[in-house]
Amino acid sequence: MKRDYTLDIRHLTRVEGHANISISVKNGELVDARWAVVETPRFFEVMVKGLSAERVPFLTSRICGICSISHALASIRALERAMKIAPPNAAEKIRLLAMHGETLQSHALHLFFLVVPDFTGTASILPLIHSHPDLIKAGLLLKELGNEISTVSAGRCTHPVSLVVGGLSKAPEKQQLLQLRTMIEERKPALETACSFFHTLAIPDFQRETEFISLCNGSSYPSIGGDLISTDGVKRNENDYLLMTNEYTHDFSTSKFTRLSRESSAAGALARFNNNCNLLHPKAKEVAESFALQPVCHNPFMNNIAQLIECVHILEDAEELINVLLNMELHEIKTPYVPKAGSATGAVEAPRGILYHHLETNEEGKVVQADCIIPTTQNNANIHNDLKAITKQALKDGKNDREIEKLCEMVVRSYDPCISCSVH
Amino acid sequence: MKLKIASFDFTCCEGCQLQLANGESTLTDFLELLDIRNFRELSSEQYNDYDIALIEGSISRQDEIERLQAIRQQAKTLVAFGTCACFGGVNSLKNKFPLNETLAEVYPEMPVETLLVRKISEVVKVDFSIPGCPVNKEEVERIMVCLATGSLVTLPKHPVCVECKARLNTCLFELGEICLGPITRAGCNAVCTTGKTPCLGCRGPSEEINMPAFVELIRERKLSLDDLQEKIAFYNAFGEFCSHEA
Ligand code: SF4
Ligand code: SF4
Ligand code: SF4
Repeated sequence: MKRDYTLDIRHLTRVEGHANISISVKNGELVDARWAVVETPRFFEVMVKGLSAERVPFLTSRICGICSISHALASIRALERAMKIAPPNAAEKIRLLAMHGETLQSHALHLFFLVVPDFTGTASILPLIHSHPDLIKAGLLLKELGNEISTVSAGRCTHPVSLVVGGLSKAPEKQQLLQLRTMIEERKPALETACSFFHTLAIPDFQRETEFISLCNGSSYPSIGGDLISTDGVKRNENDYLLMTNEYTHDFSTSKFTRLSRESSAAGALARFNNNCNLLHPKAKEVAESFALQPVCHNPFMNNIAQLIECVHILEDAEELINVLLNMELHEIKTPYVPKAGSATGAVEAPRGILYHHLETNEEGKVVQADCIIPTTQNNANIHNDLKAITKQALKDGKNDREIEKLCEMVVRSYDPCISCSVH
Repeated sequence: MKLKIASFDFTCCEGCQLQLANGESTLTDFLELLDIRNFRELSSEQYNDYDIALIEGSISRQDEIERLQAIRQQAKTLVAFGTCACFGGVNSLKNKFPLNETLAEVYPEMPVETLLVRKISEVVKVDFSIPGCPVNKEEVERIMVCLATGSLVTLPKHPVCVECKARLNTCLFELGEICLGPITRAGCNAVCTTGKTPCLGCRGPSEEINMPAFVELIRERKLSLDDLQEKIAFYNAFGEFCSHEA
């Protein structure tokens, strides 16, 4: 069918931040497809200059309202490595718990509030409160659990208060950990409800080969720190983050683009799965099998399923972490330090993928240079190329205009882009 | 009658909007109060007939000024939602640096537009403010109920110290740290100091603060005035005491 078609979505809905999709088709051929971020930049890399190290995580957490814990911990890790501070073991465990809580909260928000309405054909989650009460209840129980895990371990879920350079300012009470363990146990059925629902969905069949990048530490599913690896066989040290990202700009986007071995690459739950699925909890592996998800999966829509699988892993692993913490003394939680000059990278697996903060301090421990590379920035080029490929495929399959529009929106949402975060 | 509400985000992290989807155990009841007319982050349905506009974020680009002015024309009640909107928030730290240098550092090879950061009330009239970085969901719920029932909306007048002491925390001044609790408006249940980190004043000044006396206290205790300055400037919430403009 030789047809002309233009799609111009200004400020895509049900994503965090402002971005546009534009597609133009002439005579049945794709002329252009674009992913343009138009979010207002905030310039955190400049704002952080001159700030004392201890204040930095409180500033950088404000890069993102959804993954504030990841940002705080990326800065903390960069500063601890730069100033050669080793946080106590208990603090490291509690930080991992905080990360689990944040990822669970973020995945639940994405899956239930932003993704499910595409499959149910509703504009938002609101009508589902009445039409799918059990599903929405399950989603809210999981999101609340994520927030509670973060609150217990970091003092507050959005913009943590007790994650500090050197360790923690305050540890959770054992009583709180016990309650949390009960809450996790009680909410496992909610996750089963969610899995059953996702089994009923027709995930679009679309593949475009790409390179998946994530952290890897060889012994546990990645979270805080480690080597940087890709499914194309690249492996680098954490401090060599620039060689993994190779940032460049397009004049139509305020968010930058990155690449590694190919013209684009992807970060996020599917990238973590593709690189590290053997390290998932056995229960999460079972769920992966039930969805026939295997590495290396090149269907971006399966990022949603990878997030669900990670939720299963998180509930099990959080429980194990709590059991370990209950048998530990939680008195020694902060290593005292003297500010020093130095520079290092802190990489963490934020809910949406690998996040880098690179910080340089002077002798007083004040930041003199900063660089932050956000997961969504690392997905921009992939989103951009997926839009082209999926439109071509949809044209070949004879999809109508409305179907193409919907597929384009859905493929973007499957990356769970955090646009305000990417334009920091 | 449900409140016809809309939520708009400007220069910010969107953490305040996100609080609207938190408080999950009361969320469905809370949503019953509201007729959400426009909330791009959560819904693809967007209408322009709202009464209350929640404005999140500060203003730092020309197109934001225009978008905000249009919202002001539509909204009966315009709420500055969160510290970025009320005071400029952490974004204001940008104003310490010359704009051209900032741009050259972050976007060396492309033209990008940016203005000095402004709080919402510097651009349009604000009907009332809900401070907090992020806003406290319980306070937001309480204020929405006030709006729905037409009762007067108020914020606590007392300082954070009152809430902090009620939670039986050891005062951080006793541990040799500067805390802005004595000069900051309560309403967060002293969440930071309960986590043993100093208050940085995200909720802005409490009523009738005595800044000279507070500075004197810092001097008497031989604490660092540089540290005090860094803390007061953090959210740009103390007006003339923390002006970033060179
Ligand atoms: S006030 Fe804080 S939480 Fe709210 S948008 Fe601004 S930075 Fe984010
Ligand atoms: S810790 Fe801060 S808020 Fe608490 S009593 Fe002391 S000064 Fe006040
Ligand atoms: S303790 Fe201070 S900085 Fe923390 S939330 Fe309350 S007012 Fe804001």
